[in-house]
Amino acid sequence: MNPEIQRRLQLDEALTVAVLTAFIREEVEKAGFSKVVFGLSGGIDSALVAYLAARALGAERCLAVMMPYTTSNPKSLEDAQAVVEDLGLPSLVVPISGPVDAYFAGMDERLGVPATPLRRGNRMARERMSTLFDLSAHHGALVLGTSNKTELLLGYGTQFGDLASALNPIGDLYKSQVRQLSRFVGVPTAILEKPPSADLWQDQTDESELGFTYDFADEVLYQLVDLRLSPEELAANGYDERVLQGIVRRVQRNQYKRKPPVIAKLSSRTIGVDFRYLRDWGQ
Amino acid sequence: MAQSLRVALGQVRPVLGDVAANVDKHVTIMNEAKQQGASLVVFPELGLTGYQLQDLTLDVACTLDSPALQPLLSASRDLALDVVFSFVEESRDHRFYIASAYVTRGSVQHVHRKVYLPTYGMFDEGRYFAAGQQFATVDTAYGTMGMLICEDAWHPSSPYLLAHSGARVLLLPSNSPARSVTDQGEFGSQKFWRQLLQVYAQLFGVYIVFVNRVGFEDGVNFFGGSGIVSPDGAWVVQAPSLEESLVCGDLHLANVRRARYTTPLLRDEKKDLVLRMLSRIVRREGGEL
Repeated sequence: MNPEIQRRLQLDEALTVAVLTAFIREEVEKAGFSKVVFGLSGGIDSALVAYLAARALGAERCLAVMMPYTTSNPKSLEDAQAVVEDLGLPSLVVPISGPVDAYFAGMDERLGVPATPLRRGNRMARERMSTLFDLSAHHGALVLGTSNKTELLLGYGTQFGDLASALNPIGDLYKSQVRQLSRFVGVPTAILEKPPSADLWQDQTDESELGFTYDFADEVLYQLVDLRLSPEELAANGYDERVLQGIVRRVQRNQYKRKPPVIAKLSSRTIGVDFRYLRDWGQ
Repeated sequence: MAQSLRVALGQVRPVLGDVAANVDKHVTIMNEAKQQGASLVVFPELGLTGYQLQDLTLDVACTLDSPALQPLLSASRDLALDVVFSFVEESRDHRFYIASAYVTRGSVQHVHRKVYLPTYGMFDEGRYFAAGQQFATVDTAYGTMGMLICEDAWHPSSPYLLAHSGARVLLLPSNSPARSVTDQGEFGSQKFWRQLLQVYAQLFGVYIVFVNRVGFEDGVNFFGGSGIVSPDGAWVVQAPSLEESLVCGDLHLANVRRARYTTPLLRDEKKDLVLRMLSRIVRREGGEL
């Protein structure tokens, strides 16, 4: 990464953790809940969320849920278990192979074609979401999101799947900042050092699927989004135009994943248009 | 000076944030308008950009010499057609205005910067845009015209000032959303506009050319219903609601003459009194009186 941009992305770690733990505490209490529940994949994003949640509320008010599928890398579950042990988190292992396979057995037959890896991956992400929200109702625990700013901007996530949550403590942290903060809060080295993967199919890695590294994405996104530079200005600075345009298009095309569904305006006061209140209405 | 002209209303659905695509669409419609015998074609507010721009404002802003606008200016010159188009105008000191330009044969005669920026209810213009500071008329081959943009017309002083500055035709590009479907036959917002324009046309003895866009932006729907109101308050022509269309109507300036003779409200207006009273009101509000 360009050293100047790397420097600008450096967080004050203690201050950031102070903000994010205060955020988790206040949001959970305002919503009238006392606990949180989150998926723990063995990857760095959910690991960071686990450490932040445990610092914010104490481990006993957290529930970490590991939801492996048949093809998930066994190392993922091991890494997730290491986080659970390190923090002393209450946890559950809920394999999703049964419901996901049952669904596709029926649907593949109805449609007459086997589902693509994308559809299977989306279904897994939504099965996990569905499980977390069920446990949310059972335990009176808010669902914490684990999508970082890089993923949210690139739209690299499943709508109503891993992108769904009640609150997301890491949604304004670029991937490189997630790494920095994860080192600071003590995420195990094995997790810090492995290549990021959605682990939706074997040997999947985010960076090979995206076609660029997260460092590159962060460098470009920081300039486009935070500094408001135009793609033309970035191209003039020597970035490969094809890759650059690919990133710009992803950010634009995936805006729908970052917004609630569109409502057709009919009345003089429409939800989301001119019926405007914060979620913190009355809290 | 020509006493009659055919005006085309380019009721388009702009593509949000894609100036090149919208310029193309404008040029296509200008060609059609010319074939239908129009001398002037008017497009909706922000027809070159779309309305709810939010942070796209920075990306779509143009100056009058921006290359992006040149195909439109060339078309005006090549077709010998006057055109009113609307865009985000960036000033030299980087303020951003909702603007409409009056172009004659490729040459920009006047730019109106929207004065009243609605920032209430569903509207957020004041967050992104600077406000224009004047209502000025433009002298055209078809007489003196006045330019307003949408919310400008919801302040009666705007058409008042333009009519008293000599305008006989008011050009009014708009982006009015369809709101309230509980009235029969038209949207609540559309009914308000219809009544407002009929009253203005008669009070000020002017033609009003109202051009409103169509299409949805994140669920917000613009009703279209563009039209021309004559100085007697009658609709010369009206475009359909909710669909893109190009309709033409003829303006006969003799009707302005007759209306102002029959009902000489402009002649009888006591501008001195208004000025005196307004001056007193402003001083009182400023704590001077």
